[in-house]
Amino acid sequence: MNPLAALPVALNSLRVNALRSLLAMLGVVIGVGSVIVMVSISEGAKQAVEQQIASLGANLLVVRPGSSAFGGRRGGAGTATLLTDADVDAIRNEVANVAAASGEIGSSAAMVAGGTNWTTRIQGVNEDFFRVRDWRLERGRLFTAEEFRAGARVAVIGTTVAEQLFGVSDPVGQVVRIGNVPVEVIGVLQSKGQSAFGTDQDDVAFMPATTARSRVIGFTFNQRDPVFAIYVELAGGANPAHVQADIEELLRIRRNVLPGAEDNFNVRDMAEFIRARNETAAQLGLLLAATAAISLIVGGIGIMNIMLVSVTERTREIGLRLAVGARRRNIRDQFLIESVTLCVTGGLIGLLAGVAGTMVVEAMGQFPVAIHPMVAGLAIGSAAFVGIFFGFYPAHRASRLDPIEALRFE
Amino acid sequence: MNTATPARRRGKAAPAVSAGPFIQCRNLTRTYKMGDTEVKALRGVTLDIREGDYVAVMGASGSGKSTFMNLLGALDRPTSGELVIGGERLSGLSADALAAFRSRMVGFVFQQFNLLPRTSALDNAALPLVYAGVPAVERKRRAEARLQQVGLGDRMDHQPSQLSGGQQQRVAIARALVNDPRILLADEPTGALDTRTSAEIMAIFDRLNADGITIILVTHEPDVAEHARRKLTFRDGVIVEDRT
Ligand SMILES: Nc1ncnc2c1ncn2[C@@H]1O[C@H](COP(=O)(O)OP(=O)(O)OP(=O)(O)O)[C@@H](O)[C@H]1O
Ligand SMILES: [Mg+2]
Repeated sequence: MNPLAALPVALNSLRVNALRSLLAMLGVVIGVGSVIVMVSISEGAKQAVEQQIASLGANLLVVRPGSSAFGGRRGGAGTATLLTDADVDAIRNEVANVAAASGEIGSSAAMVAGGTNWTTRIQGVNEDFFRVRDWRLERGRLFTAEEFRAGARVAVIGTTVAEQLFGVSDPVGQVVRIGNVPVEVIGVLQSKGQSAFGTDQDDVAFMPATTARSRVIGFTFNQRDPVFAIYVELAGGANPAHVQADIEELLRIRRNVLPGAEDNFNVRDMAEFIRARNETAAQLGLLLAATAAISLIVGGIGIMNIMLVSVTERTREIGLRLAVGARRRNIRDQFLIESVTLCVTGGLIGLLAGVAGTMVVEAMGQFPVAIHPMVAGLAIGSAAFVGIFFGFYPAHRASRLDPIEALRFE
Repeated sequence: MNTATPARRRGKAAPAVSAGPFIQCRNLTRTYKMGDTEVKALRGVTLDIREGDYVAVMGASGSGKSTFMNLLGALDRPTSGELVIGGERLSGLSADALAAFRSRMVGFVFQQFNLLPRTSALDNAALPLVYAGVPAVERKRRAEARLQQVGLGDRMDHQPSQLSGGQQQRVAIARALVNDPRILLADEPTGALDTRTSAEIMAIFDRLNADGITIILVTHEPDVAEHARRKLTFRDGVIVEDRT
């Protein structure tokens, strides 16, 4: 006999005891529902991290001066000798699998256009910077390598700066003053929105670093063409660890680090860094999911209880089925299918409840959430597992009944 | 619907030219253990029953009649002794092998009917076929034929709670017959019925036996026992009288 032939019997007995079945399912409904909400929160956190990484620019390495012991006492970032445009060129030209690289040097300054002024971050970069950090152009154009070399007085501005200085009118072609230097706005960038740290990424203006150093940044350096950091974009498919090692080797030579001495700069894989920083969040999500799984276990115990009651109530029925030729496994399958049907029905209701709960969490706006299509499988799979696991003992007990004693049972 | 069935049965029941009698009991005992005490329900029953016979089992309450019937129906195993039915030795069979034997050879009718509640007469009658692996369409056809045979052709969709006691017992008989068993075992089949309904049920049994099926029935009522050809009387776990 095909075990599925017991399905109509199972559905019938659930229908006959509809209220009781519903109450018995409740634990599974709540368990599956909360597992789904928790998984969606943890998934949301994961996607938020990936978004951060994407807005940073894919495959990004960041080189900064200073000791590799981040924030350590050993001098600390900034006190060491700065990196330079020459380092940028060396990395671009001598390291394999580098797609692009740009230095960055910046300070904050007031920009004046007509009667309005706005203080923003002025970043000196090279022509590669926009692709490295994944900035896209909204209108106008970016500056070229020639303009970089020539120290052209041009700027590409973020949307916040554009709005503050020009309102609704087109900034492209307009001239702004920084200090007393006139600078032409040649492009406006697409908005990136808020960063993970809550700062407005669009409140920024980019100029050739050559121009920024000589015209905007007021203080002097004891080095030629310094930059505060170098951003490196890896070629597609490159191994970040290999490129990182190559850059380290190159810079140790260029910066005269003796063999065995500590690096006076550090190279970080930003994606790695962000993932590590968010690992705790992901772990918290998993912990919550584990807590939710415990409620699923409690639900399973409820199922086991109701199945034991059902087996006892239907002892005579079991005796009769045995008398008319049912094998032990037929009886076992019947009750297993009943318990799985009960749990899977609960799992489906829990799935709906979990999706609804996730939407409520989303509406509250406290956590980023993401409903992965896989949760449907998770709901049904975990419910079926609970049904089999907690239904097995009652079903086994039913199948071990002695036909005569079962028939005689009052 | 299928009125050809009795004829088929008659053919099947042609006196079997077999090595031995259809049912052979040799010194059967059955002892129930309840903690430290033992109840000797059967103390050595030796008996042959030929195929097509019609046997009434009588005796005081507690004399071992039901215990004996359970052994014949392969619902239970003897503590000692030999039991051979239709050439098959039941003593050594596993629980599942006994289930297969029951499915093939025996139909049971109980005093309490034992129908599944909230289940139609048709589905009740078809239940043994589910475990015999018969496809749904064929199950329906055969259950319908058996319900017709016991005079319930117009009550197929009724549930047990919508049927009288006599009608419920007919559904139970249809169920017992649906697998074409060679033995019909009935433990006090009229015990819960009034005299007139009892007579109707016994008329069905008489017809079935005339068609060739071996019937063994337990009863306390002498006029029910009158329907049988052979009367066994139990006392304290042994047969004290065997009259033909
Ligand atoms: N499962 C059991 N456990 C212990 N003792 C049992 C069991 N079943 C039957 N007995 C005992 O075995 C003896 C025979 O019982 P059985 O049911 O065969 O009697 P019976 O002749 O069918 O009686 P009745 O006419 O009342 O149905 C009785 O003493 C009974 O108490
Ligand atoms: Mg009895």
